[in-house]
Amino acid sequence: MEITLSVILGFMIIGAIYALNAKDLLSALIACGIVGYGLVICFLLLKAPDLAIVQIVVETITLIIMVSVVLDSTRKELKEKAGTHMEGISKIYTRDVINIAAVIVFALFLLYFFTQAIDVLQPFGEHTTRMATAYIDGAAQKTGSANLVTGVLFDFRGYDTLGEATILFTAVIGVLTILRIKGKK
Amino acid sequence: MIVYLLCFILFLTGLYGVLTKRNIIKIVIGLSIMEFSIFLFLVLVGYIENGIAPIIKEGQQSPVFVDPLPQAMVLTAIVIGLATNAMLLAMAIKIYRKHKTFDVRKINSLKG
Amino acid sequence: MNGMTSIVKTVTRIVVGVIFIYGVYVITHGHLTPGGGFAGGAIVAGAFILLVLAFGSDVLKLKTKEEGSSVFESLAILLFLILALGGFILGTGIFLNNYFPKGIIGELISAGVIPLYNIAVGIEVAAALFTIFLALVIFKEESS
Repeated sequence: MEITLSVILGFMIIGAIYALNAKDLLSALIACGIVGYGLVICFLLLKAPDLAIVQIVVETITLIIMVSVVLDSTRKELKEKAGTHMEGISKIYTRDVINIAAVIVFALFLLYFFTQAIDVLQPFGEHTTRMATAYIDGAAQKTGSANLVTGVLFDFRGYDTLGEATILFTAVIGVLTILRIKGKK
Repeated sequence: MIVYLLCFILFLTGLYGVLTKRNIIKIVIGLSIMEFSIFLFLVLVGYIENGIAPIIKEGQQSPVFVDPLPQAMVLTAIVIGLATNAMLLAMAIKIYRKHKTFDVRKINSLKG
Repeated sequence: MNGMTSIVKTVTRIVVGVIFIYGVYVITHGHLTPGGGFAGGAIVAGAFILLVLAFGSDVLKLKTKEEGSSVFESLAILLFLILALGGFILGTGIFLNNYFPKGIIGELISAGVIPLYNIAVGIEVAAALFTIFLALVIFKEESS
């Protein structure tokens, strides 16, 4: 199981690195789809069918909206490097090298502290359910639903669902307000 | 533990995209990649070897379920991620209509 | 915006009803099989988005403002709040209580008030996603 997940994660990392360095915006969006749909396969392997259904539909809708925004405006990546090639070619190269070196040093720093932080966790696949035992034991009698995730989501944690419905409502209000028609003077 | 490290490398890739890119669409893609890595990490922590999906079926004696709590949290978080992306794209449409470019360094007028 | 080619239109006429019925099935059986309110709501929104994308917005004669879907969304979240307050008034004084009788596990009518919550959240998610799609893709409002 770990090997399969590692291979899929490797594909996702390659897709993510290509998506951020692509010259054409439409290619970058399609590479972003690799990360999203690879996540669906990971959810199915980790025995989470609710999440897989939600992720595949939400990813498709996000890609449709982003492709519409990109096709309506411009497809090209910004082209300002062509202007500065004339002066000081050596300056551009040192700036790029310093950028990439700084990013790698920062990333190694964070990676070292992350390995210190996950020493507290159990090895992958041997999770001791301390909180979930209280939810699973009497869930069938207390809530009466056969789907445990729905029972936890709507009965034991109903406030979080109410907050999430409010967030969706606020997002719709926000989008309609940003794009509103300006009133008459 | 190598799956956790790969998950964190995906998060760092998204962070690199948010911090260093100048195109707004690339910033939105980087934010989306960061969110995906966090969802995967939460579901990875709650996985039990040889467990089954958390649905009660007839005639099973004491099955071992995968942890359902992180799944309920990530279910809400996926829809919230879509709402955030939608608002960022609405702002990107407005920025393009006014300044005719997606470059974030050329937006330096607070008027309008 | 224009529609798509005639192959897409023919396939859409056959398929969009099946997708809608599948979405309603996933919403109402949320307490028995994987799925629930959020997944089913997203599938129903996908059916409507397919309809608008395949036939174009001129043929469907969409109005210039997205009134219909926002009204549906507001009504759905109002229904969610009324059900939650019902637990406060009728039940034992706890907000969001599960106060209907819980039947046998595995039947369609069981689990108290959870199927009604699923329907309310499903309609709300479908209407919200469809409104966001209409506002960002079709009706990019111009400043007059």
